[in-house]
Amino acid sequence: MSIKQFIRERFFPHMWCPGCGHGVVLNAMLRAVERLGLNKNDIVMVSGIGCSSRISGYVDFHTLHTIHGRALAFATGVKMSRPELNLIVPMGDGDALAIGGNHFIHAARRNIDMTAIVMNNRIYGMTGGQYSPLSGHGILATTAPYHNIDQGFDIVNLATAAGATFVARTTTYHVQQITDILCDAITHKGFSVVEIMSQCPTYFGRKNREGGAVEMMKLMKDRTTPIGSKAFQENPDLIQRGIFVKRDQPEYCSEYHKVIEKAMKGR
Amino acid sequence: MSDIDTGSQEAGDRGKTLESGMPSSEIKFIQGNEVCVEAALYAGLDFFAGYPITPSTEIAEHLSARLPQAGKTFIQMEDEIASICAIIGASLTGHKVMTATSGPGFSLMQEALGYAVMTEIPSVIVNVQRGGPSTGLPTHASQGDVNQARWGTHGDHAIITLTASNHQDVFSITVDAFNLAETYRTPVILLFDEVVGHMREKVIIPAPGQLPLVERLRTSVREGIDYHPYLPREDGRLPMSDFGGVHRYNVTGLVHDMWGFPSGNPQVVQGLLRHLVDKINNNAREIARYKTYFTEDADCMLVSYGSSARSALHVVMNRRQRGEKLGLLELQTLWPFPAHVVRDVCARAEYVVVVEMNMGQVLEQVKLAVDKAQKVFLANRIDGVFINPTDIRNILRLIQGKGV
Ligand SMILES: Cc1ncc(C[n+]2csc(CCOP(=O)(O)OP(=O)(O)O)c2C)c(N)n1
Ligand code: SF4
Repeated sequence: MSIKQFIRERFFPHMWCPGCGHGVVLNAMLRAVERLGLNKNDIVMVSGIGCSSRISGYVDFHTLHTIHGRALAFATGVKMSRPELNLIVPMGDGDALAIGGNHFIHAARRNIDMTAIVMNNRIYGMTGGQYSPLSGHGILATTAPYHNIDQGFDIVNLATAAGATFVARTTTYHVQQITDILCDAITHKGFSVVEIMSQCPTYFGRKNREGGAVEMMKLMKDRTTPIGSKAFQENPDLIQRGIFVKRDQPEYCSEYHKVIEKAMKGR
Repeated sequence: MSDIDTGSQEAGDRGKTLESGMPSSEIKFIQGNEVCVEAALYAGLDFFAGYPITPSTEIAEHLSARLPQAGKTFIQMEDEIASICAIIGASLTGHKVMTATSGPGFSLMQEALGYAVMTEIPSVIVNVQRGGPSTGLPTHASQGDVNQARWGTHGDHAIITLTASNHQDVFSITVDAFNLAETYRTPVILLFDEVVGHMREKVIIPAPGQLPLVERLRTSVREGIDYHPYLPREDGRLPMSDFGGVHRYNVTGLVHDMWGFPSGNPQVVQGLLRHLVDKINNNAREIARYKTYFTEDADCMLVSYGSSARSALHVVMNRRQRGEKLGLLELQTLWPFPAHVVRDVCARAEYVVVVEMNMGQVLEQVKLAVDKAQKVFLANRIDGVFINPTDIRNILRLIQGKGV
């Protein structure tokens, strides 16, 4: 079956710039949904605000396009009231980790069963190229015309420390890996974080002279390496990709169910 | 007592006798916040998310025990923003939802409140007011959030806000809040205050079935047939489809068309904003809840609401015994402001005194509603101390030219 069945054609053409990495994520994600054979009625996609968050409009699931930074909080309400649904929450790096940083760590801490996808282009695309908490030191942005003095987050370390029970990273260059990892993340029972390094040629690429989409994707290929690879041992500056954390821990909705059982017995 | 009337439509249903064998009503002596909890459960509350804040915290505490007993959901979120977002998500799956907070938390909720307005999500937001601005007076009485309830979120919009002065009314108005939220597909704000929230008083919990409940209007469109989430019926109501059900649609805070798709088309923008405002403001008469005491022949009309109305009523009862023609109009609907009621009830009064614990937030509305704004005066306190009958009497003496 074609992945077209998951798309709302009426919504197209999409709003992303040519070469934007967000479309690659959309494609790879739909392939994961297809491979898993999920029923469209069982999927709820909740997103925030940003170029990345527009992804929810293009897919034929139950879709909730919310407010900037709060997608995980809305998703928590959906999941807690209908725990059998599959929650997929795509977010931009600013959406997830600046304005939404608090919701991000608390959702991870609860280990509530949903898949958080951080589409990390290291910039605020939608508002025109301001620096994000993922830009990193030295980067140029429309609000860092000299250079950015903020240190960046490491999403993998942050999610791990906050308690996420599935943590992975890949890039838009590694399309097959996105699909593979998302399949794992969606089937994992608990809070899954998948960082997908993505390109914003319009702002990040232009400001930082990284070239167009193709050059930016090649850079992601060159700057990353599989977890624990020989290349990484030789060059620790490389960014590792793959699945960093996958562990079992009681999931939040299941734990709440135990509270219900206890409360009902006590009556 | 024929001098005392209530504008609430459901008033007639309250005294219904019950057939034998039916569960009967129950008398309790509890805090106003607990009454709110009892009423919310009575109305069918399925999901509560909140963050502790005085003087509303007891609502969360009691619900954390009661909801799981009924197999329903309580969650303490990381802040008030997350709380209101969570209840909006839960409402979309077909559940009755509520959150509760006070001033600072209510401020944090404003952006998401606007989202609930724009996306037309039934939800109940309780604000047990404290003094403000900022952390203000956490444990003191104030009614300073009347205008924030109206205009706290950005952009043109309409909103329903209800209040009550005693525990029996807190019960019925809370049930009403859930009913109106479903009827108009809108967030409804319950604006209580510290005095009502923390005071203990007798309340009769009505037997099940005694108060009418409005359940969600769900679409009759069958699976496989196009469902338009934002296409109002002829009566203006929009049937819903539960998230997770057979209709998949888009919900967005962007201006959207009948499919829920973002649109910048001026006609769509105009149509949506008009719909959002008209569905509530055109029904102001149906939404108006109020009570009148001795208003027929009153020369001096007190207009009050919430705990202030308790002191106002005391003054009216007391002065009536001495032959003074005082009356009280107690407002329970604050927004949409029941201007028609205020105008009618105050028409014959020589002067009108608004009793409230702020700098005149309802006063301004009353001035706009009556024929002569010059006849409207303010009796208030803003020092965190509950306004008492003596405070009101002192101001009445001044207005009457009797000095202090
Ligand atoms: C409360 C609030 N603050 C600011 C904005 C403006 N805004 C919209 S998107 C965005 C950042 C987008 O960046 P990111 O989340 O990284 O996503 P991208 O557009 O790069 O995909 C901002 C600041 C907003 N919509 N709401
Ligand atoms: S501005 Fe950047 S992130 Fe936004 S669509 Fe264009 S390329 Fe993508």
